[in-house]
Amino acid sequence: MTHISRRRFLGHGALGIGALGMGALWTTRLAFGAPGVGADGRVVFIIMRGALDGLSAVPPYGDPAYLSLRGTLAIPPPDASGGGLQLDKLFALHPSLLFLHERYAGGELTVMHAAATPYRERSHFDGQDVLESGVTLPHASESGWLNRALQLKDAGSARLGIALGANVPLVMRGPAEVASWSPSKLANLSDDTLQRVTDLYSKDPVLSQRLADALVSNAIAAEGQAPQEAMMNAPTNAPMDASAAQRGGAARYVETVRALASFLRRDDGPRVAVMETSGWDTHANEGGAQGQLAQRLAALDAGLRELCTALGPVWRNTTVLLATEFGRTAASNGTRGTDHGTGSAALLVGGAVAGGRVLADWPGLHASALYEGHDLRPTLDLRSVMKGVLHDQLQLSDRELDTVVFPESGNARRLAGLIRPS
Amino acid sequence: MNQLASQPIGKPRVVAVMADTNAAAIAANRFGLGARPGDLDHLAGDPRGALRGQLLGSAPLLADAGLLDTATVLERVAELRLERKEQKREAASEATNEAAAQAAVQKLPALLRPIYVDDAVARVRSGVATDRPFLERLVHFWSNHFAVSVDKQAVLGIAGAFEREAIRPHVLGSFQELLLAVEQHPAMLLYLDNAQSVGPNSDAARKLSRHGFWVHAPQRKVGINENLAREILELHTLGVNGGYSQADVTEFAKVITGWSIGGGQGRQRGGDPGRFYFREALHEPGRRRMLGREYPESGYAQGVAALRDLAASRATALHIATKLCRHFIADEPPPAAVDRISSVFLASSGDLPSVYRALIDAPEAWSEPLAKYKTPSDYVYSTYRALQLPVPEGQKALAPFELLGQRNFSPGSPAGWPDRAADWDGSASLLKRIEWADQLGQRMGSHVAAAARAAQSLGGTLSDRTRIAINHAESGAQGLTLLLASPEFMRR
Repeated sequence: MTHISRRRFLGHGALGIGALGMGALWTTRLAFGAPGVGADGRVVFIIMRGALDGLSAVPPYGDPAYLSLRGTLAIPPPDASGGGLQLDKLFALHPSLLFLHERYAGGELTVMHAAATPYRERSHFDGQDVLESGVTLPHASESGWLNRALQLKDAGSARLGIALGANVPLVMRGPAEVASWSPSKLANLSDDTLQRVTDLYSKDPVLSQRLADALVSNAIAAEGQAPQEAMMNAPTNAPMDASAAQRGGAARYVETVRALASFLRRDDGPRVAVMETSGWDTHANEGGAQGQLAQRLAALDAGLRELCTALGPVWRNTTVLLATEFGRTAASNGTRGTDHGTGSAALLVGGAVAGGRVLADWPGLHASALYEGHDLRPTLDLRSVMKGVLHDQLQLSDRELDTVVFPESGNARRLAGLIRPS
Repeated sequence: MNQLASQPIGKPRVVAVMADTNAAAIAANRFGLGARPGDLDHLAGDPRGALRGQLLGSAPLLADAGLLDTATVLERVAELRLERKEQKREAASEATNEAAAQAAVQKLPALLRPIYVDDAVARVRSGVATDRPFLERLVHFWSNHFAVSVDKQAVLGIAGAFEREAIRPHVLGSFQELLLAVEQHPAMLLYLDNAQSVGPNSDAARKLSRHGFWVHAPQRKVGINENLAREILELHTLGVNGGYSQADVTEFAKVITGWSIGGGQGRQRGGDPGRFYFREALHEPGRRRMLGREYPESGYAQGVAALRDLAASRATALHIATKLCRHFIADEPPPAAVDRISSVFLASSGDLPSVYRALIDAPEAWSEPLAKYKTPSDYVYSTYRALQLPVPEGQKALAPFELLGQRNFSPGSPAGWPDRAADWDGSASLLKRIEWADQLGQRMGSHVAAAARAAQSLGGTLSDRTRIAINHAESGAQGLTLLLASPEFMRR
């Protein structure tokens, strides 16, 4: 082992990229779950960090209190200019959400409103913790609900989950091994250097495995990248907004969506993915049919369209859940935005979704109906939606969902029929 | 960590030398923040003694003149809030004043963000330059044990000050002093919401309910907040299996109602702005019973008494010893070492230098080189130290930590950053490290002799495989990349 000969280096170097392993690595070893683990269903969870304003994303234009409560933030009714995209007599979609509206018409979008986790305070970081951990109290679990769901499906070392982003978010952390991928900001390593590092790791089972996995993931992600116009104003992963960071973030968002599709398209690829978006914390100048939030929503919508296109036939088996940690105040604040609230909207979109409908036990927006006098009152536990998706897409039992994935959630009954029977 | 048993750990020619060079590398890389050129030679004679020596002398205060103290930052925040209130009022009445409203909202991050950067950069500089890296690692350890996280904006401007004011002065003191300093620091009181916690039978609550405030207080939840009490028991002292119940959490939360911050308005009036202030009016009156002990009503002193008892508890000793052993020995701490260190903790009444010395004396800490996988932060510090890289100015100094996944003062949860290999050794993270190493190799390769530097930073833990790979590298740049990417440089 101490004799790493020069010949060996040269041998690999001479073979170039092919031998470097990309092809070889994934033919000799599958990075992810083998086909047939679970079903063909794909689940994508998009976390909307920052508290999405559900009353703008899915305006309840038919509620008599809506216009007066929202003032300049109100989305005009569907028949007005710049109005929302009609869903039914009560709800519309924000006018930026063109792709989602098409999917609604195509029966592939289910809109849920007045939804929330069990969390009832107003801290982003506690609220996101509850959204991701799947338990009722903040910081009470070191693992996330998606990971615990995967653990129940996990066959040996097959990794069924992937996190798109620099870090694995809590929802994907836990006992089940998951993969991760994020766009790199650095120039690519030379093949030769990479080969030498690979050799350097050859007696180190942990690092050699990790490096091989990383190279497979990168190769898969690269498959999906095609040069296209940059998407501006995309939701970014930058925690502290700066315009340069946002522009870089927009490009990374597109790259990430395409990579996500590349992973999910594979028969031997992951079945469950998580992606994060931020920039939803609209305390000031939120805008209505146009403005800041409208731009963010448009970028999100375009990203979903990109995902749909890139997934091709796999879209049919895919369910994308979009949810946020809590909603925003029903009325606008003094800075033309909204503050932290409670109930919000959540979306399920994908070819697997039994969609074309709105699920809401609408509490109304009149003053006495508001939660604590200022928020949309939650009437749907997000865990009910999550359970419904996992039950149908990953074939988890109610017992598993109620005990392992969402402990102490008996009061949040699974929503049945969210997914189209295959 | 059984896979590490099979790691190549080098085959030096002389057995006696191996012992010494391994020990020096452990002292520098596991106990410290990574060997600089020359460090291993200095440590080789008596590595344990050298570590003990770092514990002598004054606390590592980071007394950089440019950094702001908590009170100053919070005073500026308060001024800005007032200003913003004014502007909000104007913006509401005057429908066109959009720009002013926008400016007011963006001013807070604009104020706090540079303060955060200055503090984080000073911390990085200190870690890279310090001659007492064991002590600096201990500062980071305690800062992480008592974690606050800047993703909560309330602490963005004061997380650095928290470490300088509550952690550093006490890192060579007793656990009890450290605990008391931490739990009274405004950063902790804000981070875990105790500053606003109101006892249900306190004067303030009774006044508020008389005015009907309970019902008509939009946005403002008036009541007791258990966050800090729960995290003190679960994370700071007894530990999650430390034998407390929800009833103890509730009682303890009542005990520390009134632990708040001076200055401000409304319920926050009184006391020096930005400093700890016991607000009698928020305090839940009465005798409390928690963890089998009685605490008679004594206002502020009631909380101090409860914290002193928690600091002296057997469960706390075990919890702290376990975390220290996980940090300095192995992901799965050897029970015998945990036992010994928790006994020292108890016997010395939580005298931290005594505990650190017990850790240095633990044979388990020296028997398995490279048992710990570096966190991103470990990796960056050790790289900077090994290469003697100058720390760049401002945000640039922080970029590698963010790139590799460990933004300063930003663990994201009161539990702090995790401390096991499985939390850090993901494939994407590994590739990021290699890419970063490659970038540094290209930048520094012509200035640094990689082969010599490998021996200087890894000592006896440098494997033949890595040594040969570096020697055979096609360029100095590639040699340096291979050193930084090597299995032994990924670990400590």
